[in-house]
Amino acid sequence: MSIKGRGYIVGAYEHPTRKAPDKSVSQLHAECAKGALEDAGLKKSDIDGYICAGDAPGMGPINMLDYMNLKVGYFDSTDVGGSSYIAHVAHATQAIAMGKATCVLITLAGRPRSEGQATGTAARPGNPAIADSPWETHFAPVTANVYAMVAARHMYEYGTTSEQLAWIKVAASHHAQWNENAMLRNVVTVEDVVNSPMVSDPLHRLDCCVISDGGGALIVASPEIARSLKRPLVKVMGAGEAPKGQFGGNVDLTFSGGAWTGPRAFAEAGIRPSDIKYASIYDSFTITVLQQIEDMGFCERGQGGRFVSDGNLISGVGKLPFNTDGGGLCNNHPANRGGITKVIEAVRQLRGEAHPKVQVPNCDLALAHGTGGLIGSRHGSATLIMERE
Amino acid sequence: MADRIIPSPVQSPESEPFYAAAKEGKFMIRRCKDCHKPHWYPRSLCPFCFGETDWEAASGDGIIYSYSPMRRAGYTIAYVTLKEGPTMMTNIIDADVDKLACGQAVKLKWTVTEDGTPVPTFTPA
Ligand SMILES: [Zn+2]
Repeated sequence: MSIKGRGYIVGAYEHPTRKAPDKSVSQLHAECAKGALEDAGLKKSDIDGYICAGDAPGMGPINMLDYMNLKVGYFDSTDVGGSSYIAHVAHATQAIAMGKATCVLITLAGRPRSEGQATGTAARPGNPAIADSPWETHFAPVTANVYAMVAARHMYEYGTTSEQLAWIKVAASHHAQWNENAMLRNVVTVEDVVNSPMVSDPLHRLDCCVISDGGGALIVASPEIARSLKRPLVKVMGAGEAPKGQFGGNVDLTFSGGAWTGPRAFAEAGIRPSDIKYASIYDSFTITVLQQIEDMGFCERGQGGRFVSDGNLISGVGKLPFNTDGGGLCNNHPANRGGITKVIEAVRQLRGEAHPKVQVPNCDLALAHGTGGLIGSRHGSATLIMERE
Repeated sequence: MADRIIPSPVQSPESEPFYAAAKEGKFMIRRCKDCHKPHWYPRSLCPFCFGETDWEAASGDGIIYSYSPMRRAGYTIAYVTLKEGPTMMTNIIDADVDKLACGQAVKLKWTVTEDGTPVPTFTPA
Protein backbone atom coordinates (compact mmCIF):
# COMPACT_ATOMS: atom_id res chain seq x y z
CA MET A 1 0.00 0.00 0.00
CA SER A 2 1.19 3.47 -0.83
CA ILE A 3 -0.03 7.07 -0.47
CA LYS A 4 0.79 7.75 -4.11
CA GLY A 5 -2.17 9.53 -5.69
CA ARG A 6 -4.32 9.17 -2.53
CA GLY A 7 -4.26 12.89 -1.67
CA TYR A 8 -4.02 16.25 -3.43
CA ILE A 9 -2.86 19.61 -2.12
CA VAL A 10 -5.87 21.76 -2.99
CA GLY A 11 -5.19 24.82 -0.86
CA ALA A 12 -1.98 26.69 -0.05
CA TYR A 13 -1.58 30.06 1.60
CA GLU A 14 1.40 32.00 2.92
CA HIS A 15 0.62 34.86 5.28
CA PRO A 16 2.04 38.12 3.85
CA THR A 17 3.07 39.50 7.23
CA ARG A 18 6.70 39.38 8.33
CA LYS A 19 6.14 41.33 11.56
CA ALA A 20 2.90 41.04 13.48
CA PRO A 21 3.16 42.59 16.96
CA ASP A 22 -0.57 43.37 16.89
CA LYS A 23 -1.81 39.84 16.16
CA SER A 24 -2.06 36.75 18.35
CA VAL A 25 -0.44 33.49 17.23
CA SER A 26 -3.87 31.79 17.19
CA GLN A 27 -5.19 34.63 15.02
CA LEU A 28 -2.34 34.12 12.55
CA HIS A 29 -3.15 30.38 12.39
CA ALA A 30 -6.82 31.17 11.65
CA GLU A 31 -5.97 33.81 9.05
CA CYS A 32 -3.79 31.25 7.29
CA ALA A 33 -6.59 28.67 7.44
CA LYS A 34 -9.01 31.17 5.91
CA GLY A 35 -6.51 32.00 3.17
CA ALA A 36 -6.02 28.33 2.28
CA LEU A 37 -9.79 27.73 2.16
CA GLU A 38 -10.24 30.69 -0.20
CA ASP A 39 -7.33 29.47 -2.33
CA ALA A 40 -8.96 26.05 -2.63
CA GLY A 41 -12.51 27.29 -3.10
CA LEU A 42 -13.69 25.35 -0.05
CA LYS A 43 -15.91 26.27 2.89
CA LYS A 44 -14.90 26.13 6.56
CA SER A 45 -17.41 23.31 7.10
CA ASP A 46 -15.66 21.17 4.45
CA ILE A 47 -12.69 20.61 6.80
CA ASP A 48 -12.92 17.24 8.57
CA GLY A 49 -9.29 16.77 9.63
CA TYR A 50 -6.68 19.05 11.23
CA ILE A 51 -2.93 18.88 11.88
CA CYS A 52 -0.66 21.31 13.69
CA ALA A 53 2.70 21.16 15.50
CA GLY A 54 4.47 22.73 18.46
CA ASP A 55 3.99 26.31 17.27
CA ALA A 56 0.22 26.02 17.93
CA PRO A 57 -0.49 27.52 21.38
CA GLY A 58 -1.88 25.27 24.08
CA MET A 59 -2.56 21.59 23.51
CA GLY A 60 -2.22 21.75 19.75
CA PRO A 61 -5.42 20.63 18.02
CA ILE A 62 -7.52 20.98 21.19
CA ASN A 63 -7.01 24.72 21.63
CA MET A 64 -6.69 25.53 17.92
CA LEU A 65 -9.83 23.62 16.91
CA ASP A 66 -11.78 25.31 19.69
CA TYR A 67 -10.49 28.74 18.61
CA MET A 68 -11.40 28.13 14.96
CA ASN A 69 -14.57 26.25 15.99
CA LEU A 70 -13.90 23.36 13.62
CA LYS A 71 -15.42 19.89 14.00
CA VAL A 72 -13.12 17.16 12.75
CA GLY A 73 -12.90 13.37 12.90
CA TYR A 74 -9.13 13.23 12.57
CA PHE A 75 -6.30 15.16 14.20
CA ASP A 76 -2.55 14.86 14.54
CA SER A 77 0.05 17.02 16.28
CA THR A 78 3.29 15.38 15.24
CA ASP A 79 6.01 17.86 16.21
CA VAL A 80 9.35 17.36 14.54
CA GLY A 81 10.23 21.04 14.40
CA GLY A 82 10.42 22.74 11.04
CA SER A 83 10.05 19.46 9.16
CA SER A 84 6.63 18.81 10.75
CA TYR A 85 4.45 20.31 8.03
CA ILE A 86 6.07 18.29 5.25
CA ALA A 87 5.40 15.11 7.25
CA HIS A 88 1.88 16.43 7.94
CA VAL A 89 1.03 16.33 4.24
CA ALA A 90 1.96 12.65 4.22
CA HIS A 91 -0.02 12.00 7.42
CA ALA A 92 -3.05 13.79 5.99
CA THR A 93 -2.83 11.67 2.86
CA GLN A 94 -2.60 8.52 4.97
CA ALA A 95 -5.71 9.56 6.88
CA ILE A 96 -7.55 10.21 3.62
CA ALA A 97 -6.39 6.88 2.16
CA MET A 98 -7.71 5.08 5.25
CA GLY A 99 -11.07 6.83 5.08
CA LYS A 100 -10.55 8.81 8.29
CA ALA A 101 -10.93 12.21 6.61
CA THR A 102 -11.52 13.79 3.21
CA CYS A 103 -10.25 17.33 3.66
CA VAL A 104 -7.39 17.99 6.08
CA LEU A 105 -6.21 21.44 7.16
CA ILE A 106 -2.58 22.03 8.24
CA THR A 107 -1.56 25.35 9.85
CA LEU A 108 1.61 26.99 11.15
CA ALA A 109 2.17 30.45 12.64
CA GLY A 110 4.47 32.27 15.02
CA ARG A 111 5.93 35.61 16.03
CA PRO A 112 9.61 35.12 16.94
CA ARG A 113 10.48 38.52 15.43
CA SER A 114 7.94 40.48 17.48
CA GLU A 115 8.85 38.52 20.58
CA GLY A 116 12.50 39.44 20.09
CA GLN A 117 13.87 35.92 20.20
CA ALA A 118 17.63 35.61 19.58
CA THR A 119 16.74 32.40 17.84
CA GLY A 120 20.05 31.22 16.50
CA THR A 121 22.62 32.34 19.05
CA ALA A 122 21.04 32.36 22.52
CA ALA A 123 21.95 29.60 24.96
CA ARG A 124 18.94 27.71 26.26
CA PRO A 125 18.22 26.75 29.86
CA GLY A 126 18.87 23.17 30.88
CA ASN A 127 15.97 20.75 31.34
CA PRO A 128 16.78 17.67 33.42
CA ALA A 129 13.81 15.80 31.92
CA ILE A 130 15.45 15.88 28.47
CA ALA A 131 17.95 13.02 28.46
CA ASP A 132 20.77 14.85 26.64
CA SER A 133 20.47 18.09 28.65
CA PRO A 134 22.65 17.11 31.67
CA TRP A 135 25.44 16.28 29.19
CA GLU A 136 25.18 19.10 26.68
CA THR A 137 23.18 22.20 27.61
CA HIS A 138 25.94 23.83 29.71
CA PHE A 139 28.26 23.68 26.67
CA ALA A 140 25.79 26.02 24.91
CA PRO A 141 24.95 24.17 21.70
CA VAL A 142 22.84 26.90 20.06
CA THR A 143 21.38 26.66 16.60
CA ALA A 144 24.15 28.50 14.78
CA ASN A 145 27.16 26.69 16.22
CA VAL A 146 25.66 23.21 15.90
CA TYR A 147 24.97 23.79 12.19
CA ALA A 148 28.43 25.36 11.92
CA MET A 149 29.98 22.09 13.11
CA VAL A 150 28.26 20.34 10.18
CA ALA A 151 29.78 22.90 7.82
CA ALA A 152 33.22 22.59 9.42
CA ARG A 153 33.19 18.81 9.04
CA HIS A 154 31.99 19.04 5.42
CA MET A 155 34.87 21.41 4.67
CA TYR A 156 37.32 19.04 6.38
CA GLU A 157 36.10 15.88 4.64
CA TYR A 158 35.34 17.22 1.16
CA GLY A 159 37.16 20.53 0.76
CA THR A 160 33.91 22.50 0.62
CA THR A 161 34.52 26.26 0.78
CA SER A 162 32.72 29.29 2.22
CA GLU A 163 32.43 30.63 -1.33
CA GLN A 164 30.55 27.50 -2.41
CA LEU A 165 28.16 27.82 0.54
CA ALA A 166 27.69 31.48 -0.35
CA TRP A 167 26.32 30.53 -3.78
CA ILE A 168 23.24 29.11 -2.00
CA LYS A 169 22.45 32.51 -0.47
CA VAL A 170 23.22 34.23 -3.78
CA ALA A 171 20.66 32.02 -5.55
CA ALA A 172 18.03 32.65 -2.86
CA SER A 173 18.56 36.40 -3.16
CA HIS A 174 18.18 36.29 -6.94
CA HIS A 175 14.74 34.76 -6.36
CA ALA A 176 13.74 37.01 -3.45
CA GLN A 177 14.17 40.18 -5.51
CA TRP A 178 10.87 39.32 -7.26
CA ASN A 179 8.93 38.54 -4.06
CA GLU A 180 7.34 41.72 -2.74
CA ASN A 181 6.74 40.09 0.65
CA ALA A 182 10.32 38.90 1.11
CA MET A 183 12.24 40.34 4.07
CA LEU A 184 15.53 40.61 2.14
CA ARG A 185 15.09 41.59 -1.52
CA ASN A 186 18.58 42.81 -2.35
CA VAL A 187 20.59 40.59 -4.67
CA VAL A 188 23.85 39.67 -2.95
CA THR A 189 27.17 38.35 -4.26
CA VAL A 190 29.50 35.63 -3.02
CA GLU A 191 31.76 38.41 -1.72
CA ASP A 192 28.87 39.96 0.23
CA VAL A 193 28.27 36.64 1.98
CA VAL A 194 31.86 35.76 2.86
CA ASN A 195 32.54 39.35 3.97
CA SER A 196 29.50 39.50 6.26
CA PRO A 197 30.26 39.17 9.99
CA MET A 198 31.14 35.70 11.25
CA VAL A 199 28.37 34.29 13.48
CA SER A 200 29.91 30.92 14.30
CA ASP A 201 32.91 29.75 12.25
CA PRO A 202 32.58 28.99 9.35
CA LEU A 203 29.03 30.40 9.03
CA HIS A 204 28.62 34.12 8.33
CA ARG A 205 25.57 36.23 9.00
CA LEU A 206 24.43 35.84 5.38
CA ASP A 207 24.71 32.04 5.68
CA CYS A 208 21.82 32.27 8.20
CA CYS A 209 18.07 32.52 7.58
CA VAL A 210 15.91 35.46 8.55
CA ILE A 211 13.83 35.68 11.72
CA SER A 212 10.25 36.52 10.81
CA ASP A 213 6.69 36.45 12.03
CA GLY A 214 4.03 34.90 9.87
CA GLY A 215 2.56 31.56 8.97
CA GLY A 216 1.05 29.36 6.34
CA ALA A 217 -1.62 26.75 5.73
CA LEU A 218 -2.23 23.79 3.43
CA ILE A 219 -5.32 21.75 2.65
CA VAL A 220 -4.94 18.14 1.56
CA ALA A 221 -8.06 16.56 0.05
CA SER A 222 -9.26 13.31 -1.45
CA PRO A 223 -9.00 12.79 -5.23
CA GLU A 224 -12.79 13.21 -5.50
CA ILE A 225 -12.81 16.60 -3.78
CA ALA A 226 -9.70 17.75 -5.65
CA ARG A 227 -11.28 17.00 -9.01
CA SER A 228 -14.45 18.91 -8.02
CA LEU A 229 -12.47 22.13 -7.49
CA LYS A 230 -11.41 24.63 -10.15
CA ARG A 231 -7.71 24.53 -9.32
CA PRO A 232 -4.71 22.85 -10.98
CA LEU A 233 -4.27 19.35 -9.52
CA VAL A 234 -1.22 18.85 -7.28
CA LYS A 235 -0.96 15.17 -6.43
CA VAL A 236 0.96 13.61 -3.53
CA MET A 237 3.37 11.10 -5.09
CA GLY A 238 5.62 9.92 -2.28
CA ALA A 239 6.96 10.81 1.14
CA GLY A 240 9.52 9.83 3.72
CA GLU A 241 10.18 10.72 7.35
CA ALA A 242 13.02 9.83 9.68
CA PRO A 243 14.82 10.98 12.82
CA LYS A 244 18.59 11.17 13.13
CA GLY A 245 20.62 11.64 16.28
CA GLN A 246 24.06 10.84 17.66
CA PHE A 247 23.76 7.04 17.35
CA GLY A 248 24.87 6.46 20.95
CA GLY A 249 28.08 8.39 20.33
CA ASN A 250 28.79 7.31 16.74
CA VAL A 251 28.33 10.91 15.59
CA ASP A 252 28.39 11.33 11.81
CA LEU A 253 27.78 14.86 10.54
CA THR A 254 28.27 14.03 6.85
CA PHE A 255 24.57 13.30 6.26
CA SER A 256 21.15 14.15 7.65
CA GLY A 257 18.00 12.08 8.02
CA GLY A 258 17.28 13.15 4.45
CA ALA A 259 19.63 10.39 3.33
CA TRP A 260 16.82 8.02 4.38
CA THR A 261 13.73 10.09 3.62
CA GLY A 262 14.78 11.10 0.11
CA PRO A 263 15.23 7.55 -1.22
CA ARG A 264 11.97 6.45 0.46
CA ALA A 265 10.04 9.29 -1.18
CA PHE A 266 11.59 8.66 -4.59
CA ALA A 267 10.85 4.93 -4.33
CA GLU A 268 7.21 5.58 -3.46
CA ALA A 269 6.83 8.13 -6.25
CA GLY A 270 8.57 5.82 -8.70
CA ILE A 271 10.84 8.56 -10.03
CA ARG A 272 14.50 9.59 -9.80
CA PRO A 273 16.15 12.80 -8.53
CA SER A 274 16.95 13.80 -12.11
CA ASP A 275 13.18 13.88 -12.84
CA ILE A 276 12.61 16.75 -10.37
CA LYS A 277 12.04 20.14 -12.05
CA TYR A 278 11.89 22.24 -8.88
CA ALA A 279 13.05 21.63 -5.30
CA SER A 280 12.13 23.40 -2.07
CA ILE A 281 15.01 22.65 0.30
CA TYR A 282 14.93 23.77 3.93
CA ASP A 283 17.39 26.62 4.25
CA SER A 284 17.85 27.44 7.91
CA PHE A 285 21.51 27.89 6.91
CA THR A 286 23.37 27.51 3.64
CA ILE A 287 24.96 24.27 4.91
CA THR A 288 21.47 22.82 5.49
CA VAL A 289 20.76 23.15 1.77
CA LEU A 290 24.11 21.77 0.67
CA GLN A 291 23.87 18.67 2.83
CA GLN A 292 20.26 17.95 1.90
CA ILE A 293 20.96 18.31 -1.81
CA GLU A 294 23.49 15.50 -1.35
CA ASP A 295 21.06 13.52 0.82
CA MET A 296 18.30 13.80 -1.81
CA GLY A 297 20.67 12.38 -4.41
CA PHE A 298 20.81 15.48 -6.61
CA CYS A 299 24.59 15.01 -6.56
CA GLU A 300 27.16 12.63 -5.07
CA ARG A 301 28.03 12.94 -1.39
CA GLY A 302 30.78 15.50 -0.96
CA GLN A 303 30.05 17.14 -4.31
CA GLY A 304 27.42 19.57 -2.97
CA GLY A 305 29.84 22.50 -2.97
CA ARG A 306 30.58 22.11 -6.66
CA PHE A 307 26.92 21.42 -7.44
CA VAL A 308 25.56 24.65 -5.92
CA SER A 309 28.23 26.90 -7.44
CA ASP A 310 27.94 29.25 -10.39
CA GLY A 311 24.20 29.78 -10.09
CA ASN A 312 23.15 26.14 -10.46
CA LEU A 313 20.24 26.75 -8.03
CA ILE A 314 18.98 29.92 -9.78
CA SER A 315 15.74 29.52 -11.75
CA GLY A 316 16.37 30.06 -15.45
CA VAL A 317 20.12 29.69 -14.98
CA GLY A 318 20.94 26.40 -13.27
CA LYS A 319 19.91 22.75 -13.34
CA LEU A 320 18.07 22.67 -10.00
CA PRO A 321 15.89 25.76 -9.37
CA PHE A 322 15.37 25.93 -5.60
CA ASN A 323 13.38 28.09 -3.15
CA THR A 324 12.07 30.46 -5.79
CA ASP A 325 10.23 32.50 -3.13
CA GLY A 326 13.59 33.43 -1.59
CA GLY A 327 13.29 30.70 1.03
CA GLY A 328 14.19 31.08 4.68
CA LEU A 329 17.44 32.76 3.71
CA CYS A 330 15.64 35.80 2.23
CA ASN A 331 11.86 35.54 2.32
CA ASN A 332 10.36 34.15 5.46
CA HIS A 333 10.95 31.70 8.33
CA PRO A 334 7.69 31.93 10.29
CA ALA A 335 7.80 30.51 13.82
CA ASN A 336 11.43 29.52 13.08
CA ARG A 337 9.92 26.62 11.17
CA GLY A 338 10.33 26.64 7.41
CA GLY A 339 8.57 23.43 6.41
CA ILE A 340 5.20 24.79 5.36
CA THR A 341 6.57 27.55 3.14
CA LYS A 342 8.62 24.88 1.35
CA VAL A 343 5.44 23.03 0.36
CA ILE A 344 3.61 26.27 -0.51
CA GLU A 345 6.24 27.41 -3.04
CA ALA A 346 6.37 23.91 -4.57
CA VAL A 347 2.58 24.07 -5.02
CA ARG A 348 2.91 27.50 -6.69
CA GLN A 349 5.51 26.09 -9.08
CA LEU A 350 3.41 23.05 -9.96
CA ARG A 351 0.34 25.23 -10.58
CA GLY A 352 2.37 27.66 -12.69
CA GLU A 353 1.57 30.39 -10.15
CA ALA A 354 5.11 31.30 -9.08
CA HIS A 355 6.38 34.77 -9.98
CA PRO A 356 6.91 34.84 -13.79
CA LYS A 357 10.57 35.73 -13.30
CA VAL A 358 11.20 32.51 -11.35
CA GLN A 359 8.51 30.14 -12.69
CA VAL A 360 10.07 26.89 -13.92
CA PRO A 361 8.70 26.03 -17.40
CA ASN A 362 6.57 22.87 -17.56
CA CYS A 363 7.08 22.22 -13.85
CA ASP A 364 5.37 18.86 -13.42
CA LEU A 365 7.42 17.24 -10.64
CA ALA A 366 8.56 19.00 -7.47
CA LEU A 367 10.14 18.02 -4.17
CA ALA A 368 9.90 19.64 -0.75
CA HIS A 369 12.35 18.58 1.93
CA GLY A 370 12.83 19.81 5.46
CA THR A 371 14.60 19.29 8.74
CA GLY A 372 13.49 20.14 12.24
CA GLY A 373 15.73 20.46 15.25
CA LEU A 374 19.47 20.62 14.68
CA ILE A 375 21.15 18.62 11.91
CA GLY A 376 24.37 18.66 13.95
CA SER A 377 22.86 16.91 16.98
CA ARG A 378 19.35 15.49 16.63
CA HIS A 379 16.61 16.27 14.16
CA GLY A 380 13.63 15.10 12.15
CA SER A 381 13.66 14.95 8.36
CA ALA A 382 10.74 14.81 5.96
CA THR A 383 10.54 14.62 2.17
CA LEU A 384 7.49 15.09 -0.06
CA ILE A 385 7.25 14.58 -3.81
CA MET A 386 4.35 16.15 -5.72
CA GLU A 387 3.18 16.00 -9.32
CA ARG A 388 0.98 18.30 -11.41
CA GLU A 389 -1.65 16.03 -12.88
CA MET B 1 38.26 35.83 22.86
CA ALA B 2 36.80 36.33 26.33
CA ASP B 3 35.95 32.97 27.82
CA ARG B 4 32.28 32.29 28.46
CA ILE B 5 31.45 31.15 32.00
CA ILE B 6 30.15 27.58 31.70
CA PRO B 7 27.06 27.16 33.90
CA SER B 8 26.61 24.17 36.18
CA PRO B 9 24.91 21.22 34.49
CA VAL B 10 21.35 20.22 35.23
CA GLN B 11 21.18 16.77 36.81
CA SER B 12 19.17 13.62 36.30
CA PRO B 13 19.36 10.26 38.11
CA GLU B 14 21.47 8.99 35.19
CA SER B 15 23.97 11.86 35.37
CA GLU B 16 24.50 12.23 39.13
CA PRO B 17 27.08 9.38 39.48
CA PHE B 18 29.12 10.83 36.61
CA TYR B 19 29.37 14.25 38.21
CA ALA B 20 30.03 12.76 41.65
CA ALA B 21 33.01 10.88 40.16
CA ALA B 22 34.06 14.08 38.36
CA LYS B 23 34.41 15.80 41.73
CA GLU B 24 37.04 13.15 42.54
CA GLY B 25 38.77 13.83 39.22
CA LYS B 26 37.51 10.65 37.56
CA PHE B 27 36.19 10.75 33.96
CA MET B 28 33.72 7.91 33.47
CA ILE B 29 31.88 6.52 30.48
CA ARG B 30 29.39 3.67 30.33
CA ARG B 31 29.87 0.30 28.64
CA CYS B 32 27.34 -2.44 27.92
CA LYS B 33 27.67 -5.68 29.94
CA ASP B 34 26.07 -7.63 27.08
CA CYS B 35 27.49 -6.30 23.78
CA HIS B 36 30.53 -4.65 25.48
CA LYS B 37 30.25 -1.47 23.42
CA PRO B 38 30.91 1.90 25.10
CA HIS B 39 28.51 4.76 24.38
CA TRP B 40 27.90 8.45 25.02
CA TYR B 41 25.96 10.20 26.56
CA PRO B 42 25.69 7.71 29.44
CA ARG B 43 22.48 5.68 29.71
CA SER B 44 21.34 2.95 32.08
CA LEU B 45 20.29 0.75 29.13
CA CYS B 46 22.64 0.23 26.18
CA PRO B 47 21.59 2.33 23.14
CA PHE B 48 22.74 -0.52 20.87
CA CYS B 49 21.09 -3.60 22.45
CA PHE B 50 19.16 -2.43 25.59
CA GLY B 51 21.59 -4.47 27.72
CA GLU B 52 22.56 -3.37 31.24
CA THR B 53 25.47 -0.92 31.36
CA ASP B 54 28.12 0.01 33.91
CA TRP B 55 30.59 2.82 34.57
CA GLU B 56 34.26 2.55 33.68
CA ALA B 57 37.13 5.04 33.77
CA ALA B 58 38.11 6.60 30.43
CA SER B 59 41.44 8.04 29.38
CA GLY B 60 40.35 11.57 28.60
CA ASP B 61 42.33 11.44 25.33
CA GLY B 62 40.56 12.25 22.09
CA ILE B 63 40.57 14.05 18.77
CA ILE B 64 38.38 16.89 17.52
CA TYR B 65 35.65 15.53 15.21
CA SER B 66 34.25 19.02 14.52
CA TYR B 67 34.17 22.39 16.23
CA SER B 68 32.92 25.95 15.87
CA PRO B 69 34.11 29.04 17.73
CA MET B 70 31.45 31.68 18.45
CA ARG B 71 34.01 34.42 18.93
CA ARG B 72 31.71 37.16 20.18
CA ALA B 73 30.19 34.82 22.76
CA GLY B 74 33.65 33.65 23.83
CA TYR B 75 33.50 29.87 23.52
CA THR B 76 34.07 26.97 21.13
CA ILE B 77 31.56 24.14 20.81
CA ALA B 78 33.04 20.82 19.66
CA TYR B 79 32.53 17.13 19.19
CA VAL B 80 35.48 15.14 20.53
CA THR B 81 35.95 11.47 19.65
CA LEU B 82 37.35 9.69 22.70
CA LYS B 83 40.13 7.12 22.43
CA GLU B 84 37.58 4.59 23.73
CA GLY B 85 35.33 5.25 20.71
CA PRO B 86 32.32 7.43 21.48
CA THR B 87 32.07 11.03 20.31
CA MET B 88 30.83 13.59 22.82
CA MET B 89 29.74 17.22 22.73
CA THR B 90 32.00 19.53 24.72
CA ASN B 91 33.78 22.89 24.74
CA ILE B 92 37.42 23.43 23.75
CA ILE B 93 39.18 25.66 26.30
CA ASP B 94 42.58 27.30 26.70
CA ALA B 95 43.27 27.20 22.96
CA ASP B 96 44.16 29.55 20.12
CA VAL B 97 40.95 29.03 18.13
CA ASP B 98 42.64 30.00 14.87
CA LYS B 99 44.91 26.96 15.26
CA LEU B 100 42.19 24.39 15.97
CA ALA B 101 41.42 21.74 13.34
CA CYS B 102 39.30 18.64 12.83
CA GLY B 103 41.47 15.63 13.60
CA GLN B 104 43.54 17.49 16.19
CA ALA B 105 44.53 15.65 19.38
CA VAL B 106 43.00 17.01 22.58
CA LYS B 107 42.94 15.96 26.23
CA LEU B 108 40.44 16.29 29.04
CA LYS B 109 40.68 19.37 31.22
CA TRP B 110 37.93 19.77 33.80
CA THR B 111 36.17 23.11 34.10
CA VAL B 112 34.77 23.68 37.59
CA THR B 113 31.40 25.42 37.35
CA GLU B 114 29.66 27.82 39.74
CA ASP B 115 28.25 25.23 42.13
CA GLY B 116 31.55 23.30 42.23
CA THR B 117 30.56 20.63 39.68
CA PRO B 118 33.34 19.95 37.14
CA VAL B 119 32.31 19.45 33.50
CA PRO B 120 34.50 17.63 30.94
CA THR B 121 36.08 20.21 28.62
CA PHE B 122 39.09 19.60 26.35
CA THR B 123 42.26 21.44 25.44
CA PRO B 124 44.91 20.81 22.76
CA ALA B 125 47.11 17.85 23.75
ZN1 LIG C 1 24.75 -3.39 24.32
